Amino acid sequence: MRFAVSLLTVLGIASIIGTVLKQNEPYENYIIKFGQFWFNSFEGLGLYDVYHSAWFLVILLFLVMSTTLCIYRNSPTMVKEWRTFKEQATEKSLNAFGQKQIYATDLPQATAKQNLIQFLQAKGFTFKFKTQADGSELIAAKTGTHQRLGYIFTHSAMVIIFFGGLLDGNLPLKVQELLGHKKIETLDIPESDVPEVSRLTTLNPSFRANMTLPEGSSDDVAFVRVRDGYLVQELPFRVSLKDFRIEHYATGQPKSFESDIVITDPDLKEPLTKTISVNHPLTYKGIAIYQSDFQDGGTKLDFNVWNLYSAADKPATLNGAIFQKSVLGEGATALKVEYNDFRKFNIINLSPDGKGKPHNVGPNITYKLRDAQGQAKEYVNYMQPLQIDGKHYFISGMRESVQDDFQYMRIPVDDDLTLDGFMHFRGTMLDSKKYSEIAKKMAQTSIASDKSAAVKAQFESSVEQLLATFAQGGFSRVAEVIEKAVPEKEREAAARTYIRMINIAAFEAYNVSLAANKRPLLVNNAESQTLVQESLNAFSDMFFYGTPYYLQLANFEHKEASGLQLTKSPGQKWVYLGSVLLVLGIFSMLYIRERRVWLLLKASNGSERNQVLFAMSANRKNLDFEQEFELYREQIKGVL
Amino acid sequence: MNTTTIDYQPKTLLQRLGWQDWLYAVILVIGAIYAYNQYSQHMDIYEISFLFGAAAVFSYLGWQWKSLGKLVLAVGVISLFSISLYHGDQARATQTFLLKFLISSQSAIMWMNVLFILAMFTYWFAMFKRSSFGENVASALTWVAVLMGFVGLMVRWYESYLIAPEVGHIPISNLYEVFILFCLITSLLYLHYEQKFNTKQLGGFVLLVINAAVGFILWYTFDRQANAIQPLVPALQSYWMKIHVPANFVGYGAFSLAAMVASAYLLANKGVLATRLPKLEVLDDLMYKSIAVGFAFFTIATILGAMWAAEAWGGYWSWDPKETWALIVWLNYAAWLHLRMVKGLRGPVLAWWALIGLLVTTFAFLGVNMFLSGLHSYGEL
Repeated sequence: MRFAVSLLTVLGIASIIGTVLKQNEPYENYIIKFGQFWFNSFEGLGLYDVYHSAWFLVILLFLVMSTTLCIYRNSPTMVKEWRTFKEQATEKSLNAFGQKQIYATDLPQATAKQNLIQFLQAKGFTFKFKTQADGSELIAAKTGTHQRLGYIFTHSAMVIIFFGGLLDGNLPLKVQELLGHKKIETLDIPESDVPEVSRLTTLNPSFRANMTLPEGSSDDVAFVRVRDGYLVQELPFRVSLKDFRIEHYATGQPKSFESDIVITDPDLKEPLTKTISVNHPLTYKGIAIYQSDFQDGGTKLDFNVWNLYSAADKPATLNGAIFQKSVLGEGATALKVEYNDFRKFNIINLSPDGKGKPHNVGPNITYKLRDAQGQAKEYVNYMQPLQIDGKHYFISGMRESVQDDFQYMRIPVDDDLTLDGFMHFRGTMLDSKKYSEIAKKMAQTSIASDKSAAVKAQFESSVEQLLATFAQGGFSRVAEVIEKAVPEKEREAAARTYIRMINIAAFEAYNVSLAANKRPLLVNNAESQTLVQESLNAFSDMFFYGTPYYLQLANFEHKEASGLQLTKSPGQKWVYLGSVLLVLGIFSMLYIRERRVWLLLKASNGSERNQVLFAMSANRKNLDFEQEFELYREQIKGVL
Repeated sequence: MNTTTIDYQPKTLLQRLGWQDWLYAVILVIGAIYAYNQYSQHMDIYEISFLFGAAAVFSYLGWQWKSLGKLVLAVGVISLFSISLYHGDQARATQTFLLKFLISSQSAIMWMNVLFILAMFTYWFAMFKRSSFGENVASALTWVAVLMGFVGLMVRWYESYLIAPEVGHIPISNLYEVFILFCLITSLLYLHYEQKFNTKQLGGFVLLVINAAVGFILWYTFDRQANAIQPLVPALQSYWMKIHVPANFVGYGAFSLAAMVASAYLLANKGVLATRLPKLEVLDDLMYKSIAVGFAFFTIATILGAMWAAEAWGGYWSWDPKETWALIVWLNYAAWLHLRMVKGLRGPVLAWWALIGLLVTTFAFLGVNMFLSGLHSYGEL
């Protein structure tokens, strides 16, 4: 008993571990989180998959063995208690009861017996007679002994549920692994190259596997994830995905995920077509097919590629598709583009205080740029400008590793809500040939006409110099120069002057770029100044963008892939059977109250009144029982 | 001899029913039939069986416990009246006087909150003053709070369909809604025992845990605007939700009730308030009864959850943090019941255990959502 309670407690505590540490993550995540040393120790303890680790199974096994032993030892008693009326009780033993009462009655013994039997029947007792050695008659009655079955039900339920769980667990696989019959594949290789030792045949009785099907494709294998690798599960049929759909509520949240799948199987006269969705799986040949998740299925992408650091103001084009790779640039500086994910809908809350409603901001694309050394930076670009504080920006995020948050660059849109305005401005700012034109225009507006040509020339030259510095690295480059050249006391004043000059120069530069593209010029007002200011910020930020390439998504051809989960679980019916037994057992244990009544009609010894001994017991003493005894005691008095 | 038979013969349920009971059941069945005629094309076979099942269950409960029957009728009448005031326009919730200040879903829920707080103070006041009048007032306040809470949920259910028919769903789908459900179920369980065992002195204790939930609801409403009705994510669009969630909350509610009784037991056992509280045996018995109810329902809820998981996630058991914590809670109370029933243990140890059990239960209910991630992430803070 104490052992059982301890086991329950140990199992409870052991279960906590797996909820605190995220289970079945890719192993790299654990290495990053714990470092190599702890990663190895934790792996040894099986902490990344606690519930399938040997020691956890041992605890479970102990619990089941102890329960089985418990059933084996106690069941005979329970069955006996269930059936017996305990008619062997004697006057002496009944007198030892806590709940008893002796009555004297004038009724003849036969009448008294008749009344008592009626009483017991009315209360729902079953009973048995037994004549004692001294001629006294004993009525031994019981009710609610089905409670005893509750014990057997609940405890066998535990064993049955465990058995079902074991059928669906990975124990057979573990054994095969230990014996070397199976080996998990850890390399990312084409499915057809996976060797026989890492494949599970269609005879495998129980599995939980995943399959990702792009629209229009089909497959007859699924993948079982095991630790840091996988096994290939062969299927007795072929699944094709005709179409995958996501429906949305008006608020933008997803409403449904649906896949139109077709099952082809030589055993079928014609292919089986069915739409599955979350909560509505399809079961075929004992294998349940679930809508599990979705991802991109290889969306085709067209980009305009801007080289941010070159004065060129026409973009190059680039084509790619999700899961594929392209190359940007040449030679040693060439970068590999890895297209990772495309999302058509992005529901984001852009309100500054977070209290506004989230809404769909349109498609985005996630890609990595990997250099010759293998170092990669990850980017996320939104196709359409995002509205932030009432203004529109093109947003691109960059991060150097997965744990970091994205750092975002905001590029203000032009009047047509395109990127061109900024890109042309940027080209002008980088183009040293344009500096003298900008400086001249600036001198015209900033220097009083009565100043000498020398003053003007000096001014122009300092503007050109400033622009050249700015083009090398934005505001931070200017700050560096100031730090070197200006004594500390005057730096702030110098910085203020420079910033003002850059602002004015940028305004002129913007107009130069507009004029070059035959666009209407900016009028000097608060709005245009904000535009110039934000363009300057974006220009400065682009030096921290980590790459000269800005990939502007121009067009896409969406293709989705549905994530299906396929399971075969022969243990399920056992688990359900166990569950039914468990509920029945719990209710009978808790709500059927076993009570026993003995009524001993003593053989009269002639002169005295007839005596009746009433005794009552319950296997669980509580308030209800005491109240019931009091009630019976009074009522029996009434019938005698 | 027949006269004596009648004395002790316990009446069967059917014999005990009066015409009011039959009328009550007939009203429920007519309501169910009406709902079936109106909406059956939007319901699957399971939901239709739940509809008639609910009529049967609430008839039975109302027969067994008359006060509950009255509550069911009152909730029905007020909710229908409130719905009739909407004229199918959600904006009227803040325009029509009665709706705005009394029986729109938000107002009704706010009234519930206020009444629970008042009831708690009244219970404590009555206990210190040994005032049975005060106790009756507190009990009445609790009843009205429950009434308002259920009206709030019923009207919220209707309001969700006003947003858009596709958005409409039973209001037990996120943390805000289930906290209300928790308050209501815990109160009802308590009120049942209060009536049966005349233990009004315990009201102050039980309402502590309920008002903790009320505090959460208020914070969640005013700080997080969590009271807004959200559409259901695909995984929750299932008839299972209608049985899994309430069963779970009967479990949580009963465990919380047991813990509060346990705290009263521990105080009384130390002599604190001992003369004002019910006898120790009564407290002990009450603690056992409510853990028994909780355990039975929690078992059912977990099994229903497993069946739902088998249909939605592809496996009846995935060792998801919520599932695992449900198992831990279950193991905890299984151990408790073993100690009591097999070892016959009574007294402070079990009371402490029941009290600590509340921490485990709270973590399973709330902590998992706050600190752990998993498939069950429907109510994040």
